[in-house]
Amino acid sequence: MTSTLDPRLAAALGGPTVDLAALRERLVAAAERDGLVDVAYREVDSPFGPLLLAATPDGVVRIAFAGEGHDDVLAGLAHDVSPRVLAAPGRLEPVARELDEYFAGHRRRFDVPVDLRLVRGFRRTVLEHLRTIDYGRTESYAQAAAGAGRPSAVRAAASACSHNPVPIVVPCHRIVRSDGRPGHYGGGADMKVALLRMETS
Amino acid sequence: MARPPFERVVADHGQVVLRVCRALLGPADADDAWSETFLAALRAYPELRPDSNVRGWLVTIAHRKAIDVLRRRARQPRPAGSLPDRPTRGAEDGAPTGLDGDLRAVVEALPPKQQAAVVYRYLADLPYDEVARLLGSSPAAARRAAADGVAALRAALPDRTSPGGPR
Repeated sequence: MTSTLDPRLAAALGGPTVDLAALRERLVAAAERDGLVDVAYREVDSPFGPLLLAATPDGVVRIAFAGEGHDDVLAGLAHDVSPRVLAAPGRLEPVARELDEYFAGHRRRFDVPVDLRLVRGFRRTVLEHLRTIDYGRTESYAQAAAGAGRPSAVRAAASACSHNPVPIVVPCHRIVRSDGRPGHYGGGADMKVALLRMETS
Repeated sequence: MARPPFERVVADHGQVVLRVCRALLGPADADDAWSETFLAALRAYPELRPDSNVRGWLVTIAHRKAIDVLRRRARQPRPAGSLPDRPTRGAEDGAPTGLDGDLRAVVEALPPKQQAAVVYRYLADLPYDEVARLLGSSPAAARRAAADGVAALRAALPDRTSPGGPR
């Protein structure tokens, strides 16, 4: 059931194909004004490849590495938070700037608000504990479990780290194996080592 | 099935909705109608049934917004001596004026129902039962209006737009 129209008729009816960028910008501004952007996102470059940054009105809700497939991550946010997901770079400006400063070695602490709504229960407690580990310091998974109040839940603490929705800003890279090896990292073990080396240099 | 991120909806259907708004209103008011359409759609999006025809839903909203704009226009007649309602297309989007403008005039001269039927059927690619719902008529009447409208446009086409040929 396709219908085709002579291109000249189509042009006369609706005009030529146009660049929607200016209209999109207006839409995003109006949507922000009316509080309709439940998830704003943008991509930024980093020394470790492109990062996807996403924030609710409450704070940064997701940082995704290139390897995670940004379209999949956005589909997940639409499902788990709200389908009102828009590329609205303005809201991500503060975290983008802080990440730049961090990667340049000029920032030791993130001040932007974080929204941990994607994480519940003990995992969330673990992530809240991670936020108290200072720049350049590391803990073992066992120490992280103890820091979160359940010393025997080492495996659960490790799982919380590997499912951290806001890596870098919530510094799961500061949790290393007790034998000194870096352990799993969503951005790759090399990135974890590089971040720790930068923080201790 | 989950709803895709709204950004996806804008990327997939933004162009068609703009064409519909331009066809119904002309370029001058189309941008506002487009913005209002997508803002209203964003507001209602979480309640949209996931299996809905998204383009049909957007065009329905655009249709209502276009009616709003036309009502506002009717209430606020332009003072005599003001600029014409629609500048030549070329002034706005860089396309050459002339033939395109002539055809545009034919589109505008169509009876409103024919014009809307052509837009919904051929620009928005909606099935006739959706077109009928938007027009408030039967599917048969919608089919007839679209056919009559497109016939009138085709009749206006050949001698006006044969490239390089004599008129």
